Amino acid sequence: MEHLKLATMWLAGCSGCHMSFLDLDEFLIDLAGMIDIVYTPLIDAKVFPERVDVTLLEGAVANQDHLEFVRMVRARTTILVSFGDCAVTGNVTAMRNPLGGAEVVLRRSYIDSGDAGAQFPSSPGVLPQLLDRVVPIHHVVPVDVYIPGCPPPASRIRAVLEQLIGQHPAQLAGTDLKFG
Amino acid sequence: MAAVKTLSIDGRLINARGDQTILEAAKEAGIAIPTLCHLEGVSDVGACRMCLVEVGDPPRLMPACTTQVFEEMKVQTSTERLRNFRRMIVELLFAERNHVCAVCVANGNCELQNLAERAGMDHVRFDYLYPKLPVDISHERFGIDHNRCILCTRCVRVCDQIEGAHTWDVAHRGVNARVITDMHQPWGTSPTCTSCGKCMQACPTGAIFAQRSTVAEMERNRSMLTFLINAREKKQWNI
Repeated sequence: MEHLKLATMWLAGCSGCHMSFLDLDEFLIDLAGMIDIVYTPLIDAKVFPERVDVTLLEGAVANQDHLEFVRMVRARTTILVSFGDCAVTGNVTAMRNPLGGAEVVLRRSYIDSGDAGAQFPSSPGVLPQLLDRVVPIHHVVPVDVYIPGCPPPASRIRAVLEQLIGQHPAQLAGTDLKFG
Repeated sequence: MAAVKTLSIDGRLINARGDQTILEAAKEAGIAIPTLCHLEGVSDVGACRMCLVEVGDPPRLMPACTTQVFEEMKVQTSTERLRNFRRMIVELLFAERNHVCAVCVANGNCELQNLAERAGMDHVRFDYLYPKLPVDISHERFGIDHNRCILCTRCVRVCDQIEGAHTWDVAHRGVNARVITDMHQPWGTSPTCTSCGKCMQACPTGAIFAQRSTVAEMERNRSMLTFLINAREKKQWNI
């Protein structure tokens, strides 16, 4: 049987969910025999493959690059997983939303609290534009599975991966749905 | 003593006093109905709609906490429609203000968080409103973060009915509604607040918190409320 092709990526987040993934400890060895990791910040792959079975997306959608990446990933992925609270709710990364749009946030960070000569960061083609609102992934593209938690405990990640490897529709319940 | 009524809850025949609510009758019969704004010892207001049940045929939606039982009443507490509504209610509460469990004092000790789990909420299907809301830490010992308030009005009721101070009330309407202290002034300047902390003990979320408590650190202790209620209503003064 062909191995499940897994990709992972982080957007606006702290990479804590990926750290929790690494916290799967010895199950990672079993996992390596059951899946092919085809794209992730943890390995050196430059291009997101055309066809991926499962993608775990950590973090919220906060800038133009995230937006384009999420749309591309959705088009190339069979099962898209919102991985952790930022991906599912916006969480801490969305705490800037009540302050106002991108300009207000940048002004507060770079001008109001800057030293002499403070200026807006601008580097077209290098620095992606901030979006006015940070949004969860399912507000941009349809999502198939949600893994809440900040970060989700390794056991919760394992439960979802085992369901997906076993070709079952992944569904968490009970205390596995605890946010935070 | 009110006359005994016979009703059915989820197909089980149950006897209840005529002055009891569906929630009280169900509790005595060991049938759990999820609640949020309900707090033992203070009056019920039906603010949160978590305890909606179906009454009669065709079924009408009624809040169990404020609906009195009647003879031959037929109640359903857990139909698919009710489960869908309960999840929707929890999602709307999360969408209405800025609830960030990961950085909340009440993380792990929050009734809203627990209900989301119980309702099977794995994500919120509605758009978040992200309102800009204040945090008042002018009180020496407590603070209120309106981002986390769900307007259950437990603080208002516990302050009025148990402490007898009526420092808390609700101002404005609809999505603009806020719990306020006295004449909508900073809590620290309240002339009526006795600093008893009952509002903090009653709060189901992290909205009213003890100062200097940090993420997931705050556990509530409602024994003070239970003690006072038992002393007043049942004349039991020993803890």
